[in-house]
Amino acid sequence: MASPMSPGQQPTIATENGRAARPVAVPSGAPLAVRGLTVSYGEKPAVFSVDATFPAESMSAIIGPNGAGKSTLLKASLGVIPRLSGDVYVFGQAIEKARERIAYVPQRASVDWDFPTTVMDVVQMGLYRRVGLLGRLSGRMAARARDCLDRVGMADFAHRQIGQLSGGQQQRVFLARALAQDADLYLLDEPFAGVDAATERAIIDVLKTLKAEGKAVVAVHHDLSTVRDYFDHVFLINVRRIAEGPVATAFTTGNLQATYGGRLAATHLDELSPTGGA
Amino acid sequence: MQTFLDALFLQAGYNAALVAIGAALLGFAAGSAGTFLFLRKRALVSDAVAHATLPGVGLAFIVMVSLGGDGRSLLGLLAGSALTAWIGLLLIEWITRRTRLAEDAAIGAVLGVFFGLGVVLLTVVQSMSAGRQAGLETFLLGSTAGMLYEDAVVIAVGGSLTVLATSLLRRPMTLVAFDSEYAAAMGYDVRRIDLLMMGLVMAVTVIGLKLVGLILIVAMLIIPAVTARFWTDRSHRVIWIAGAAGGASGYLGAVISASAPSMPTGPIIVLVAAAIFVVSLFFAPGRGVLAAVLRHRRFQARVHRRQGLLALAAQHPIREAYTVRLLAREGLVRPDGVPTDAGRAQAAKVARDERRWDVAREVHQDAGLTGRYDGLTPIEEVFTRDEIDEFDRRLGPPMGLGDV
Repeated sequence: MASPMSPGQQPTIATENGRAARPVAVPSGAPLAVRGLTVSYGEKPAVFSVDATFPAESMSAIIGPNGAGKSTLLKASLGVIPRLSGDVYVFGQAIEKARERIAYVPQRASVDWDFPTTVMDVVQMGLYRRVGLLGRLSGRMAARARDCLDRVGMADFAHRQIGQLSGGQQQRVFLARALAQDADLYLLDEPFAGVDAATERAIIDVLKTLKAEGKAVVAVHHDLSTVRDYFDHVFLINVRRIAEGPVATAFTTGNLQATYGGRLAATHLDELSPTGGA
Repeated sequence: MQTFLDALFLQAGYNAALVAIGAALLGFAAGSAGTFLFLRKRALVSDAVAHATLPGVGLAFIVMVSLGGDGRSLLGLLAGSALTAWIGLLLIEWITRRTRLAEDAAIGAVLGVFFGLGVVLLTVVQSMSAGRQAGLETFLLGSTAGMLYEDAVVIAVGGSLTVLATSLLRRPMTLVAFDSEYAAAMGYDVRRIDLLMMGLVMAVTVIGLKLVGLILIVAMLIIPAVTARFWTDRSHRVIWIAGAAGGASGYLGAVISASAPSMPTGPIIVLVAAAIFVVSLFFAPGRGVLAAVLRHRRFQARVHRRQGLLALAAQHPIREAYTVRLLAREGLVRPDGVPTDAGRAQAAKVARDERRWDVAREVHQDAGLTGRYDGLTPIEEVFTRDEIDEFDRRLGPPMGLGDV
């Protein structure tokens, strides 16, 4: 059972006192910055001593082979799984102080879709923090939830039980729930896994709108062929950080080879990376 | 019959009325608190927690007697049982989190060890000279014989508090049960919420010990929630429907046991709950077995009808007798499978719709709409009249059946 760290303040304190001499300065306002993050299942690190900075007003992809720690990086940043070491900053603050600025879209497979809940109920979960334990979900809140469903093209499905949806529709509902949070940083775990082409289009449109509104989007992504179309910034990981930066400079054949090792055929790389083929 | 009616309307004496009201309240509390146990898929944890109450009962008796008090003080016994139940719960949680053992192994270990310890302690209690130890064993299966006003008050107060807490915590508990990763990402302390949920379950277990007993209380926590799931697709309604089903089971069970001599109350309550469950299982609209069978048969008929019409359009013989019967019943074919005029017209329409879909896939921009083709959905439900006219324009004039 993944038990989140109690919202204690240890990471912050440790930084202020013990680790002031860290070589990497914490960027003051980056939407998401991770320093020295290590996560381990048993005694095998899944993510080792990773530094990462995801820029504002852009769409970033976390890329790497299966088992490279992409989802783990995301979940550990959020405290969904415990970190062994490392600090996480959201807009320059310790993450515990900036929770309400983050929206998270987990992998679709992580929940039981036979759960007794409707599409509308799921979207309203995004409002729970705001309304508190007992606050009524007012008409205005309900209107907002409906609006979010509309943005992902699911308004007609508001009263369906979630198990009656297709995979792509389920993913859209998860995105609508994140939109309802009205956050500044959106973290998505494989949002395009197993969805139909129309849904992929709809999701990317919503994400691009978010970026245009000045929000930051970070997604775990596995389809290398769409990286250039969808994203501005990439973070390549294989347990360690391999490379990060704008797509134009960091998404190169050399970096991909370093990330995937022999698992990526050379011809495949040429297609992906115009800078690499020549 | 008369005794049953008397009991039903609380006319069967003070004790019977007390038991019926107490059982109804307990049933309501157990049903609503058990909902999240069921939704979080941790039903069996409650069984271990219930069994872990037994050593507490024995220990509390020994402590109270050795302090010179009455060993059978109800609140003292309940406090003792709550203490060991909580220890059992924390132990399961600790084993699951800190070792490589799965939760089922932890449940089995805790349940067995605590129950064994409880039986040993009760044996020790039996051999003690002091105190009036008779009756402690009724905590195993519950008993209504000696139900006091005090017992009913414990159930009423404890039950109301549990229901209130369930209602207060329903949002975080729903979130954790549905999507614990998302809950954690939003900053909820998932472990604490799980412990709170189990705390509610433990509270119901403890207040229900006297009436239903520790062996059967798990049934009162789980069966009503499972029953309620058949009647609704929304978790907050599951809570209240489960409460109602549990309350009804408690009341009816107590009434039945009061109207027949020496019928055990706890087991009867559980059997009534199971009866409501079985009725729901078969007859609930939507999720019930009967509804599912009917739905499947209707769907099968739609598929056969459509395939039959497509076969007619392509002038293939229809081989399946079921399809022929289905179409013949509508007057679309003769019993020997030859299409009637109406059948030809329908077949031509079906064939034309297939070709409209082909055109739609070529010309229409929205893959979300063209993707809705499944062979059954009428094209009129997906595209507007104007769009279909446009497809027809591209298709050219309708052709006779022979040309298709």
